[in-house]
Amino acid sequence: MSTISVEVNGERHTAEVEDRTLLVHFLRDHLRLTGTHIGCDTSQCGACVVHLNGKAVKSCTMFAVQADGDSILTIEGLSRDGKLHPVQAAFQEHHGLQCGFCTPGMIMTAVDLLARHAQPDEALIRRELEGNFCRCTGYLNIIKAIQAASRAV
Amino acid sequence: MYPASFRYLRPATLGEAGQLFNSASDARYVAGGQSLIPAMKQRLASPSELIDISRIPALSFIRRDGDLLAIGAGTRHADVAASAEVEGAIPALATLAGLIGDPAVRHRGTLGGSIANNDPAADYPAAVLALDAVVTTNRRNIPADLFFTGMFETALEPGEIVTQVAFRLPRRAAYMKFPNPASRYAMPGVFVAEHAHGIRVAVTGAASCVYRASELESALAERLMPETLDTVTVAAEEFTSDLFASAEYRAHLVKVMAQRAVTSMLSSRHG
Ligand SMILES: Cc1cc2nc3c(=O)[nH]c(=O)nc-3n(C[C@H](O)[C@H](O)[C@H](O)COP(=O)(O)OP(=O)(O)OC[C@H]3O[C@@H](n4cnc5c(N)ncnc54)[C@H](O)[C@@H]3O)c2cc1C
Ligand code: FES
Ligand code: FES
Repeated sequence: MSTISVEVNGERHTAEVEDRTLLVHFLRDHLRLTGTHIGCDTSQCGACVVHLNGKAVKSCTMFAVQADGDSILTIEGLSRDGKLHPVQAAFQEHHGLQCGFCTPGMIMTAVDLLARHAQPDEALIRRELEGNFCRCTGYLNIIKAIQAASRAV
Repeated sequence: MYPASFRYLRPATLGEAGQLFNSASDARYVAGGQSLIPAMKQRLASPSELIDISRIPALSFIRRDGDLLAIGAGTRHADVAASAEVEGAIPALATLAGLIGDPAVRHRGTLGGSIANNDPAADYPAAVLALDAVVTTNRRNIPADLFFTGMFETALEPGEIVTQVAFRLPRRAAYMKFPNPASRYAMPGVFVAEHAHGIRVAVTGAASCVYRASELESALAERLMPETLDTVTVAAEEFTSDLFASAEYRAHLVKVMAQRAVTSMLSSRHG
């Protein structure tokens, strides 16, 4: 067991965790932030993407103890003053989701990509979504939403 | 799935990391965790101690030194891909780093972890071989030609830590990768580099371990043109066959990727 202190969505949490606790399990089971999903066992699907110190990472592929002292942003921390983040609003507006399972990871990846590329074209968005699987939408509306958000951000 | 239990240790220095390894019973180092943690979740690896070397500052740097580009083992793929220093010295290396996995993997995964792991389809090993690099550890220097010894096997001894890789600046170089449609690993990837002392061609994702393709090297040494390879046969005997590609198809792809790499390097200023 280790004692860790992490900032999640602006709030500091100090907790006792088993060393083998994955960050995603810490977020979901300890903090009850269940917006971050688990879609695979192989680090491939991206449903678990959160930001670690401002960068998109797969929270199923690191241990909570590794984030000790770090700052984490999850899908729950995106909206401001009851208003959706522009990327969330664009997903809603452009039907960038159907079942919604992949959506938290997609949006966290999209926010990260827009921070690095202000005006991404379709090819770049497709490349950047390499690690996020969607089994419903066929990606088309996800791409439209991200492009619309890039104009809105 | 949960990995088996282990004790997590976070040393502040290389020396401390080595001491922790020596006093542990069955330790593994973890850097980016992008290969080791998936393996632990599948219980293909169950170390009793996990020594996290990713916070050791001395392992993270990018430094140009004459005709060498030294990159710290702890440098993340995303930082290599975005580095102006790398882009200026060996653009093909920046390109390669940007083709690894996906953005989230590149934010965590490291150069040292990739070459220590030596996955038969990993990208960096091809660059290390073709760029005639020297791998430095906490104990010694290992030339690229002696580093990769087999499938997931390297010259590293137990407890040895890769600290940096010094890549030799080529006159020109290019990396071409045919990504596996599911995993995005190389299937295959070919790195061609023209150095003052000759051409080096490294192939990953075809056989059980990265290797130098001598038949391609000698053909290209005579005439550095994509057409030179038209008549060269890439032998498929040692190649992997799996549900994604037969050995023969991989052999075909090695030639096509090599030709594309040559085309690309001829059209670029250098590297
Ligand atoms: C979805 C996905 C897609 C991927 N796609 C690709 C791809 O297209 N191409 C590709 O090349 N790779 C790919 N990878 C692998 C990725 O590049 C890994 O980051 C890399 O192989 C391992 O680096 P790491 O820092 O994460 O190492 P870790 O997982 O932390 O460690 C791997 C091994 O190296 C050892 N090790 C780590 N650092 C050192 C060191 N400095 N000295 C000695 N031993 C050390 C560890 O003990 C362990 O045995 C992918 C991974 C994932 C999850
Ligand atoms: S749950 Fe993390 S990548 Fe699938
Ligand atoms: S909306 Fe269902 S998986 Fe993407």
